[in-house]
Amino acid sequence: MASMTPAGDFRSSYRADTTIFPTRNARIAMLAGLLVLCAAPLVLGRYELGLLITIGFSAIAALGLNILVGFTGQISIGHAAFFGFGAFASALLVEHGVPVPLAIWGAGLMSAVVGLIFGAPAARLKGLYLAIATLAAQFILEDFFARARWFSGGVAGRVTEPYEVFGMRFDREDTYFYIILVHVVLMFVAAANLMRTRDGRALIAVRDHYLSAEMMGINLAYYRTLSFGIASFYAGVAGALYAHYLLFVSVEAFNILYSIQFLAMIIIGGLGSVMGSMMGAAFMVLLPEVVQAGADLLAGGVIDRTLRIGASISFLREMAIGAAIILFLIFEPDGLAHRWRMIRAYWKLYPFSH
Amino acid sequence: MDGALLFQLVLNGLIVGALYGVVAMSFVLIYKASQVVNFAQGEFLLVGAWVCWWMLTYWQLPIWAGFLFTLAFMTIFGILLQVIVLRPLIGEPVISVIMATVGLSIFFQALMKWIFGVFAQPFPPLFTVERVRVLGLEVQSVYLASLGVSAFIMLGFWWFFTYSKHGLAMRATAFDQQVAQSLGISVPKVFAMSWAISAVVSAVAGVVVGVVNGVSSALSFYGIKVFPAVILGGLDSIVGAVLGGLIVGVLENVAQYVDSQWLNWGNMYQIAPFYALILILLIKPYGLFGTRNIERV
Repeated sequence: MASMTPAGDFRSSYRADTTIFPTRNARIAMLAGLLVLCAAPLVLGRYELGLLITIGFSAIAALGLNILVGFTGQISIGHAAFFGFGAFASALLVEHGVPVPLAIWGAGLMSAVVGLIFGAPAARLKGLYLAIATLAAQFILEDFFARARWFSGGVAGRVTEPYEVFGMRFDREDTYFYIILVHVVLMFVAAANLMRTRDGRALIAVRDHYLSAEMMGINLAYYRTLSFGIASFYAGVAGALYAHYLLFVSVEAFNILYSIQFLAMIIIGGLGSVMGSMMGAAFMVLLPEVVQAGADLLAGGVIDRTLRIGASISFLREMAIGAAIILFLIFEPDGLAHRWRMIRAYWKLYPFSH
Repeated sequence: MDGALLFQLVLNGLIVGALYGVVAMSFVLIYKASQVVNFAQGEFLLVGAWVCWWMLTYWQLPIWAGFLFTLAFMTIFGILLQVIVLRPLIGEPVISVIMATVGLSIFFQALMKWIFGVFAQPFPPLFTVERVRVLGLEVQSVYLASLGVSAFIMLGFWWFFTYSKHGLAMRATAFDQQVAQSLGISVPKVFAMSWAISAVVSAVAGVVVGVVNGVSSALSFYGIKVFPAVILGGLDSIVGAVLGGLIVGVLENVAQYVDSQWLNWGNMYQIAPFYALILILLIKPYGLFGTRNIERV
């Protein structure tokens, strides 16, 4: 396999090795990309912007899960429950008079606390035992949402307020898009920077070899629980953003299938890759659209009638999710981020790929 | 306090628990043989029950023929799953394998809904006598039959692992793969066999549940209920799985009774096992009979 960096490209200082953007071009490309995104509401319709918003908050939640799974090597099958907790918590805070911009962060902190409670077993368990513990957390929290009327409005759900700051309301796709964009940038920069700090490297050390990490003075229980807290914080913020986009939160949304979708995002995007979380989120949000487009293409034809495609589109979407997970695990276990690096390296090194 | 009602509930719990025990056994079988945590165990029940239902209602086969066809189908199904999906993942980290089975689980759940619809379908009636009296209690004959089937499967497992050559080969593989290989046991064959047996046994449980409650996607929840049972019994103990299944079955019913009498929280039937699961993981994560080699930190 070709090396990822061109020959002669050496890092000569520690600072250069831990920089977020490896080259000046990468930084410029990132800023240009952001500018293009800022112009998106001028060009795109409401539906497309809605998709971008969904990708945005999903990516924040997926990034949190990636910090837990990809960087720390823990497993969580209950991420949607923490996402949902954030959504309800933010709606609750707003009802008690907290302004929405603050409520979003407050909801993140509340989710982090709940994550730390359920993360207590995580300090002692790992691997599949942890997976099973978080599975239990998913069902217990889901049950709590359905029952605690003061918190979630019970089965009826809870209505909440749109995002409002300095007298401006962000209640339409073309305005709320900027809110999401700001949060996505903040959360992604925070995560990329976290991985450059002592704490971030400690998490990676815990993942790579926990015995060696402990020998080097890393407190395993502390970092495993911390990672759970961070993941829940991200999930909570993402959930709150979801709540103030839809303006209605209901318990059915946060089932185990949604948790699995978050896991699918990071597996498809690439475990242990910050940008991979974004790519995976985009993939998982756009996958149902592709399935829908395929179904529309066949609509009315013989295949459609015999296979009842139009009526069973939701099942087809679920099947596509399952199939995507399995196919990526077998054929591209490093995810889209790895594929992207390969493509970039190919162009960078062309025609001498050595 | 109503003694007769409580007794009835415990009996119900034992009957359902025996089925949990059977599913938990087949879960442990896969885990022991190939170190795969199978989140798609419930889908084995689902697929098996739907195939059997389809044979009996659509093709109008007699019950024995439909049942035998289901067993044959599930054998091939289990082997194919292992060879196509799980074999390429040997040596990958735990999360990849777990996610692959999770992916299988969603895929087959949705596929079954697509093919057979979302509504519960009843089996054609198999018993002429609806109810029988046992120890002064009215018991539906399907329940008795399900208890009988569970006991039969458990005995079968015991015989298979104690006396048959293949069963001994599987135990040897579970004990130490390298040693087993050097004794001439084909490890890939053992893996495939464990998946086939697990699929067949789960499908039998699925058919039994289908006969009792009708076939619907609710069957796949048995695959989730299996986790409290196996963690309670110990992840690598077949005896523990059976006992764990029985305890979870009784726990559900008693929790529901306590709830309806005093607490009125609702939904305890579904959730109580998961509270128990968290407690066990905190106190005694290797369960009642599991090997104590969990690395704690």
